[in-house]
Amino acid sequence: MRLLTHNMLSCNRKGVSNGFPLGIEASKLEVKEVDFNSDFLRHIYPKIEWKAFVDAAKSLGLNDLPEHVDDSMLEDDDFLHSFHHALLEVHLEEGALICPETGRRFPVNRGIPNMLLNEDEV
Amino acid sequence: MSLRPERQAPPEIFYNESEARKYTTSSRIIEIQAKLTERALELLALPQDGAPRLLLDIGCGSGLSGETLAENGHHWIGLDISESMLDIALEREAEGDLLLGDIGQGLGVRPGVIDGAISISAVQWLCNADKSCNDPRKRLKCFFGSLYRCLARGSRAVLQMYPENGAQLEMISTAAMRSGFSGGLVVDYPHSTRAKKYFLCLLCGPPSANTPLPKAKGEDGGSGSDESEDDDEHETVDFLERQRPTKKRKSEKKVKGRAWVLKKKEQRRNHGFTNVPRDTKYTARKRKARF
Ligand SMILES: C[S@@+](CC[C@H](N)C(=O)[O-])C[C@H]1O[C@@H](n2cnc3c(N)ncnc32)[C@H](O)[C@@H]1O
Repeated sequence: MRLLTHNMLSCNRKGVSNGFPLGIEASKLEVKEVDFNSDFLRHIYPKIEWKAFVDAAKSLGLNDLPEHVDDSMLEDDDFLHSFHHALLEVHLEEGALICPETGRRFPVNRGIPNMLLNEDEV
Repeated sequence: MSLRPERQAPPEIFYNESEARKYTTSSRIIEIQAKLTERALELLALPQDGAPRLLLDIGCGSGLSGETLAENGHHWIGLDISESMLDIALEREAEGDLLLGDIGQGLGVRPGVIDGAISISAVQWLCNADKSCNDPRKRLKCFFGSLYRCLARGSRAVLQMYPENGAQLEMISTAAMRSGFSGGLVVDYPHSTRAKKYFLCLLCGPPSANTPLPKAKGEDGGSGSDESEDDDEHETVDFLERQRPTKKRKSEKKVKGRAWVLKKKEQRRNHGFTNVPRDTKYTARKRKARF
């Protein structure tokens, strides 16, 4: 799972009112190259919750994203490349996602978060 | 005839290792999934501005449908309840991110962030009540509600499915409309039992001038599918209205008339039955509905 997906996910366990952003516990990462496409970055940028993205990136050891962004940065190549890398190329392979409200853990194995809820959580 | 998969076991059990393996070693299945996905993408009618979009693949399984999305340049997130199917997707190096999840529990995606969703041959599974805790209506409501929320306004979801019968189809589309979607059902190859394909095309938010409802292709035949050798009528479209669940159409069962009843009674008598009631002016008359 990449940070693109992490930024879209929220915990939908019964009773949780704000399940976003999920905390990240990372024990194994993988980097896979993806073709750079600035059109996609510009398209998706307004949908990204930036603070959650920066925090998530930090928990994967990626520290070169700016804390604050504005639209003008979408013209800056260096920025776009670090955005691209953190968003699309770094995969959380093993670890867990953690609900910010309840602490419920969703284990991540071989890159796949297990989001299945128990009967009593639906 | 073999039993429908949906009647054999819950999806996470039915799609076990061997079924998942079978799924992606059959060139026929691979081809059908690719074709259905191409068609779903077409019906999704994404803006043609060259920018890749973020799409959901609901019941992404082995990632066959996702492969077609990626070939078209899009990023996708796939959700499936079967670990074995997702294992195959990993093996095939699916480019999308995979999630193990049950769509009947809702999608768990933030509001308004998804540019479009497709689902290929999965949603009919929600009609199953294979565990005591599974109420199909609740699960459909939960699924469509969360789907509606996570889609960007003006975007679409195209769900290809294999409903078991008309009642299932109605239950699914009613649940979709109740969640706020508008849209319609596109039926490709409506006159061929084998090739017939249902695509529920849903619009998020009221239809606007820039999001035209899916149109039927020309009735001029043309390319025709390999599954429908002699069937060249392409599709019919039924429109469904937002927020207004379609009333159950009065079943237009052929009511057998007086002539038919009289004939049957005559036949019985000729066979020597003695308990056949007399023919009177009341025979085969419509009864008033009484409650
Ligand atoms: C016919 S397969 C479609 C496979 C997929 N489109 C592909 O390309 O491989 C149907 C899929 O729907 C999934 N499915 C069924 N019920 C589901 C549910 N409640 N939640 C998530 N996935 C489900 C099954 O596990 C199965 O992988």
